[in-house]
Amino acid sequence: MEKQENGSEAPAPEPELKLYGSWASSYTHRVQLALRLKGLEFEYAEEDLGNKSEALLRHNPVHKKVPVLLHRGRPLAESVIILQYLDDAFPDTRPLLPSDPFLRALSRFWCHFADDKLGPAVGAVFASTGKEQEEAVRQVHENLAMLEAELREGEFKGRRFFGGDRVGLLDVVLGCGSYWLAVFEEVTGVRLVDADAFPLFHAWLRDFEAQEEVKETIPSVDRLLEYARGLRQMLLALAAGAGDGGSTGVPVSSAVDAPVAAAPPAPAPAAAAVDI
Amino acid sequence: MADEVILLDFWVSPFGQRCRIALLEKGISYEYSEQSLAQKSDLLLRSNPIHKKIPVLLHAGRPICESLIILEYIDETWSDKSPLLPFDNPYARSCARFWADYVDKKLFDSQTRLWKLKAGEADHEQAKRDMVETLQTLEKELGEKDYFGGDVFGFLDVVIVPFVAWFYAYERFGGFSVEEVCPRLVAWAKRCRERESVSKTISDPEKVYEFALYLKDKFGAK
Repeated sequence: MEKQENGSEAPAPEPELKLYGSWASSYTHRVQLALRLKGLEFEYAEEDLGNKSEALLRHNPVHKKVPVLLHRGRPLAESVIILQYLDDAFPDTRPLLPSDPFLRALSRFWCHFADDKLGPAVGAVFASTGKEQEEAVRQVHENLAMLEAELREGEFKGRRFFGGDRVGLLDVVLGCGSYWLAVFEEVTGVRLVDADAFPLFHAWLRDFEAQEEVKETIPSVDRLLEYARGLRQMLLALAAGAGDGGSTGVPVSSAVDAPVAAAPPAPAPAAAAVDI
Repeated sequence: MADEVILLDFWVSPFGQRCRIALLEKGISYEYSEQSLAQKSDLLLRSNPIHKKIPVLLHAGRPICESLIILEYIDETWSDKSPLLPFDNPYARSCARFWADYVDKKLFDSQTRLWKLKAGEADHEQAKRDMVETLQTLEKELGEKDYFGGDVFGFLDVVIVPFVAWFYAYERFGGFSVEEVCPRLVAWAKRCRERESVSKTISDPEKVYEFALYLKDKFGAK
């Protein structure tokens, strides 16, 4: 720090990039991973989702969620939008999106699929039991089959990653979330990703998780398991509390906010869906 | 033709209309193909096997699905004229994408609940409140600007404008005045209608209301 003329030290400058996130949020992991892949330094602020900071609420008043990225003080929200911003704002860094418009459209399509279909389906498996869970598992398998077909026969055929030889936008988006599959399998005892049924998806996920930057970003399996076990208990208790012993009657397709590892929030049933 | 453009669409769909407006703004010739949603064509099912929905843009035989993705594809492929997203301002591009995402998460859902649910029931009252909140949020985002993008008609204007044809239906189903709730948004809608691409594309509000009544009759809460 520079000394000013009167002898006091100048305050440290605001970091160019500051990320508000939550350690168990795969949406947060997407941004952390993207920043690491691009070699961009950033300051990280952990949010207690049961007690959101004034800063977070000010920077994302519309959705009040993490992640939020500040770039030179200006806030950006929604992980897939943040990732595309990084490509636009830092054109000299490794690009996440391909340059061809058709492949860009395809990447965006499958990112939306991950958040709109696959994610909620996996969340539903995790939040349910019995018949409802069976239906949710069927949904997950249907969605994985679509991805498998795309890897086998579609534009991404023959590629190691969706981004080609190296990890790109779609890898980051799908990958940060897919690590929950093994965790949820362990906690619920339900088989989600069968290596025989989905060999290409399985191989892709294994290669993704072996990347250095990915290993630096995803929390340890033990922490994820502990979190998932606590969350599962909470969700089942809510389901039981709803009275009919089976369904909560609320859609589990919206994102959860509260890592159970934090001070226990009292989530309204409507908030109880899984951020994965 | 190798680079022929076909749009699989449905006449009243605001999502399809976004694509039509963008194609007109860019001066792209294309074939419009009206689809039956009750009996989906082989072409539609082949082009969008995952969601089986319109709109789908076929360019040189390759399908692009989802209206916001189609808009960006059109902007990137025909980048020499009438940019939809500002090409030199990453932050403005992100804001446009953020609000487009907001519209797709909130507006269509609120409007569906408005026609689908029974008037007078608690959930219908909630749908009304949600719709008013959404409109007021968009009004606030527009602020004093002529267009959502600033001085120039752009991406976010294209994204939202087809829904102005539904304002009359919101009023009939919701029992509130859109002009009272969001006067600047209504002024913006009038301004957009002066553009040929918009006036040629968006539906007649009476026809939209009739269509919503048909949906209510078929799928609404009894």
